[in-house]
Amino acid sequence: MERADVPGLVAVVLVTLATLAIGTWGLRFSRTTSDFFVASRTVRPGLNASAIGGEYLSAASFLGIAGLLLVGGADMLWYPVGWTAGYLVLLVLVAAPLRRSGAYTLPDFAEARLGSGTVRAACSLLVVGIGWLYMIPQFEGAGITLRSAIGAPEWAGSLVVAGVVLANVTSGGMRSVTFVQAFQYWLKLTALLVPAAVLVAVWWGDGRPGGPGGGDGWSNPVAGDGGIGLYTTYSLIAGLFLGTMGLPHVVVRFYTNPDGHAARRTTFVVLALLGLFYLWPPVYAALGRVYGDRLVTEGRSDVLVLELPRAMLDGVGGDVLTGLVTAGAFAAFLSTSSGLAIAVSGVLTQDVTSRLVNEQRGVPAFRLAAMVAVVVPVVAALLVRNVGVAQSVGLAFAVAASTFCPLLVLGIWWRRLTDVGALAGLAAGGIGAGGAAIATLAGYAPGGWAGALLAQPAAWSVPVAVLVMATVSLATADREPPHARRFLVRLHTPESLGR
Amino acid sequence: MTERVRVTGPPRHTSAGRAASRLGDVHEQTALGDVYLRSLLRAQLGLAARLLALLAVTLGVLPLAFHLAPSLIDVRLLGIPLPWLLLGVLVHPFLLLLAWRYIRSAEHNERVFADLVGGPDPQDEDGA
Repeated sequence: MERADVPGLVAVVLVTLATLAIGTWGLRFSRTTSDFFVASRTVRPGLNASAIGGEYLSAASFLGIAGLLLVGGADMLWYPVGWTAGYLVLLVLVAAPLRRSGAYTLPDFAEARLGSGTVRAACSLLVVGIGWLYMIPQFEGAGITLRSAIGAPEWAGSLVVAGVVLANVTSGGMRSVTFVQAFQYWLKLTALLVPAAVLVAVWWGDGRPGGPGGGDGWSNPVAGDGGIGLYTTYSLIAGLFLGTMGLPHVVVRFYTNPDGHAARRTTFVVLALLGLFYLWPPVYAALGRVYGDRLVTEGRSDVLVLELPRAMLDGVGGDVLTGLVTAGAFAAFLSTSSGLAIAVSGVLTQDVTSRLVNEQRGVPAFRLAAMVAVVVPVVAALLVRNVGVAQSVGLAFAVAASTFCPLLVLGIWWRRLTDVGALAGLAAGGIGAGGAAIATLAGYAPGGWAGALLAQPAAWSVPVAVLVMATVSLATADREPPHARRFLVRLHTPESLGR
Repeated sequence: MTERVRVTGPPRHTSAGRAASRLGDVHEQTALGDVYLRSLLRAQLGLAARLLALLAVTLGVLPLAFHLAPSLIDVRLLGIPLPWLLLGVLVHPFLLLLAWRYIRSAEHNERVFADLVGGPDPQDEDGA
């Protein structure tokens, strides 16, 4: 081990210890099944919003965005904008009704709304699929970060993150994870903001050198030229704006609010916290234009945030800042994979392991489900290589936007949705968006329009899913659930009416 | 069916029994309950649609605007190129403003509905 590895190692050890300590502290409050799943629905908006921010800001936000902005320029700003604005769409269309539905998970919601076990099973399958797709790049990113920070082999980072996540999730469940996630939001913000402030001061002291001038399209907010560039940008916007509400680890957090009123307050605070965070990646990208062109030429822009401090500062200052950003990156992997593990194991517990662990339902079944939820994507991350953080995350958003978004929006606002219509729409959206993205990941990339339609499917797959869901529902109007009206009343009436 | 449904002079704080019976109208699919629910759903959905439309004509037209008028890309305000200023900084307070206005309006709609079915109204009791 060299001296250069020390700050990264200290950071990783400290974050791991703090995460485990807070998780153990939370364990003292975590006793019943409801505690494990949704923290007994007593989490206040401020704490809950910090926790949502903590688990939402993944490796893609902490490391990926700055690198994408450095290489791709202003059209990549749609990623942070979409990841934030997705919460506005969620607030407007689903936040309060979703909380009032009284369901634990997305499959619970689907079953309660449509009274169909088949739709429930389809949703469970989608939650697990989207969750695992999102977890694989987190574990891979952890490996890459540990290699860059302390020179560890890539499998080591994946295993460390998986082990800490598993320890936390199985010991305390949602309640302790709420504390851990809230802590990690503020850690990530500090780890991004403080180095950015110091580095801007350094840049100022250097006489404010400018990067390459304009004219190379770095400030163009549209991806490429012509109709294809415009389509790609709008399709990305559609997927990100609409996909947020369908991410299982986001949705499960809304069930931990005390009521619909608090669910709206929580969403508002989330918007503020995400905005505060996303102010800083562009600063890294702009400084990277001046000091980090070596990373671009070497094709390692993903580690811009990790390596910029040492590129600009020598000695102890650079070491301390490197330790700080490494801690933030590590927290990003831990918190996102914890949130996803909770969501996936919640679904697995209710639909699979509760049936296997017959003698003691509840908590033991949840622990077994958590093992499965973490081990499968870790093994996949170790076996599969080069899936790519940005592509996997984009795939998860596009699939969520094309499946759960239509289901939630129509289920909450449209009485005539039927189980057959929901199934047909989920299939159309899932096969459309999922198929397109899998083809892209498998390396199938034709040029021109076909390539753009496959690489960014949301702009066509979301409308197709909505149309299929609505048309088939109208065609099967006799299957409209008899309790649909009563359910909509519950979703939209304030709790103060004592439903 | 008319958009506006107003019951003249419902007492703002009625007994729990009466609140239950009005909400009972909504639950039991009487014609009156139908009107109540439709009015709330329509008000909330209209609010959501207006807000999303506002998002579409502000944030949503930016790619088209920069595509049609590329010279905008090199406009600088406070030394920052316009796209970075808009999408990197100003978008965040804008989204917050939209969210704040939405929450106020949505809860106003719910209060109107609560008054309509005569339920107790914690917002007013708080003096808010």
